[in-house]
Amino acid sequence: MATMNMVHAINLALKEEMERDKNVVILGEDVGRDGGVFRVTEGLMDQFGEERVMDTPLAESGIVGTAIGMAVYGLRPVAEIQFMGFIYPAVDQIFNHAARIRSRSRGRYSVPLVIRTPYGVGIKSPEHHSESSEAHFCHMPGIKVVVPSSPYNAKGLLISAIRDPDPVIFLESTRLYRMIKEEVPEGEYTVPLGKARIVQEGGQVTVVAWGSMLQKTMKAVEGADAEVIDLMTLNPFDEETVYASVKKTGRVVIVHEAPKTGGFGAEISASIAEDAMLYLKGPIKRVTGYDAVLPLPKLEDYYMPTVERIRKGIDEVMQY
Amino acid sequence: MPETTIESCNVKRLEILSETGDADESLMPPLSDSQIRELYETLVRMRTFDHRALNLQREGRIGTYASILGQEASQLGTVYALEKEDWVFPSFRENGVFVARGYEMYMILQYWGGDERGIKIPEGLNMFPISIPVGTHMLHAVGAAMAAKYKRDKVVTLTYFGDGGTSEGDFHEGMNFAGVFKAPIVFICENNQWAISVPRAKQTAAKTIAQKAFAYGFEGIQVDGNDIFAVYKATKAAVEKARNGDGPTLIECHTYRMSDHTTADDASRYRSKEEVEAWKAKDPIMRLQRYMEKKGLWTEAFGKQTEAAAVALVDDAVKKAEAVEKPKPADMLTYTYKEPTSRQKKQMRDF
Ligand SMILES: Cc1ncc(C[n+]2csc(CCOP(=O)(O)OP(=O)(O)O)c2C)c(N)n1
Ligand SMILES: [Mg+2]
Repeated sequence: MATMNMVHAINLALKEEMERDKNVVILGEDVGRDGGVFRVTEGLMDQFGEERVMDTPLAESGIVGTAIGMAVYGLRPVAEIQFMGFIYPAVDQIFNHAARIRSRSRGRYSVPLVIRTPYGVGIKSPEHHSESSEAHFCHMPGIKVVVPSSPYNAKGLLISAIRDPDPVIFLESTRLYRMIKEEVPEGEYTVPLGKARIVQEGGQVTVVAWGSMLQKTMKAVEGADAEVIDLMTLNPFDEETVYASVKKTGRVVIVHEAPKTGGFGAEISASIAEDAMLYLKGPIKRVTGYDAVLPLPKLEDYYMPTVERIRKGIDEVMQY
Repeated sequence: MPETTIESCNVKRLEILSETGDADESLMPPLSDSQIRELYETLVRMRTFDHRALNLQREGRIGTYASILGQEASQLGTVYALEKEDWVFPSFRENGVFVARGYEMYMILQYWGGDERGIKIPEGLNMFPISIPVGTHMLHAVGAAMAAKYKRDKVVTLTYFGDGGTSEGDFHEGMNFAGVFKAPIVFICENNQWAISVPRAKQTAAKTIAQKAFAYGFEGIQVDGNDIFAVYKATKAAVEKARNGDGPTLIECHTYRMSDHTTADDASRYRSKEEVEAWKAKDPIMRLQRYMEKKGLWTEAFGKQTEAAAVALVDDAVKKAEAVEKPKPADMLTYTYKEPTSRQKKQMRDF
């Protein structure tokens, strides 16, 4: 087993899936010769050729729209959108087509497409490079939204996403890309979509997080009797695991990087209120980004939930 | 029934100033000696600024930065053809255009240093903030041109974008609207041959970018983008045409990105040294300098003095940029709406 970071783990997943299945192709901006701006697709064009690893014109709607056609025709495209902030030209294709073709064709056609895209604050970058807009995509039935939090689950989740019969948005935290290394098996293993992971068991408070926020959450719970849940898939999210934990602890903190209003934390919170309300000892607390246009690097650190803010959130619910 | 040719397009390329600094006098735009000196001085200021910005990035004093090295003539020759009341809609690589339009250089550094106050365009300067989402801003330029036309203002809008930008749907929609509404706009494509690692040939199978204009019902022209006179002449003509109500023009400035895409990129991964070297010989500033030397407009002393003046201005800008007090954290919420929401007001209390 090799130790590797998330960039390498995702690269390995792509390579192994392409070796296994000739229908897996990659397309996007700078994914070929350059190996992607984060080097996630490095070496793949050399190994699989320009026909399977396509440097496309600079057009997100073009990338996703053609990938939908490929997917319906029988390929398994993995499209890369260079940054999540640039996915919006493709949203028409994602919402009006990728999400609906199975339904509109009453099951005759499907879109086994993966759209990988880096997201979140993390590399002190210019405008539009640091957003986390996962909630928009979670609101669209027909699309799955997956957010790995470590190299191991990134590889396993991506393999599941590629094999999944429906479109998957696969969000890769730029902050995590090279931050953590861990053991990642070579060869096949999968991490199932729609299943959360209990990172740490605990009895007093449930803390739900995903992707980029997991690291900080783990620091924040040091010394607390907290159960930490890494959702990994946001839609469909693993209600059973969350409710079981809430029933045990009676207290909930939800942590996300995206702005508070309309964030995915609202969905989790409302679901708990509907289905596990009577187990709660007090209000649910969200620790999130602010309702702001994401600031440039000088204020980025103030925008992001910090370990202290998460800890404060936990302290607050512990009052009940 | 015969088969006939119902439309044909002549795609022209304009070159005036050769690499050796010789100009085709029959094509020279009317520019006085002092204007030519001004062009030179501005080009030097743009390059000096750019060079310093790259160094500041390397030293960790500003963030990611997109260099204009090699594209100075494309940026200056175009913006120089505008009047004060004309509007500019830049992409992210137009640092030189900002410098040429008299934008405070310290604010450009402040912006790339991660502080949004650096992109607050001062009153009286008709310019949009830069646009990082590729291609999206061209439509704004078209809309502003439509508004100027509606208000009977004799104002022209001008928008910049790269060769990669011509692949986005918004480029085509913008061109189409401009043609249909005969908007007073000039589209400037800085075709620098690369969109990060993707070469021009992979953006379009067409021979030129200029020819795309014909499909939208107006003229396109390619100019040698490293030839300040050709760039200026074509733009001046396009601006006048737009101002006279004769609609849009697309100008393809055929140039080269001498630097990495941005400071976050390493171009040696995807392009050859030889290619870059070949373009070095076409340098826009060297070319103008040679021309001026032949005309007796450039002496070593003038060159030194110009450079020293540019360095002094840039030094001053760096000092000012670094003396700016840090933004207040609550500022991130202040400008979201005219009035902060009640939730935002609560959030501000965190700071
Ligand atoms: C919509 C969108 N997609 C992707 C990007 C990432 N990106 C930034 S610049 C760039 C290449 C732009 O090439 P070009 O239009 O030729 O302009 P140049 O950088 O050469 O000036 C890309 C892909 C972006 N900023 N916006
Ligand atoms: Mg380009």
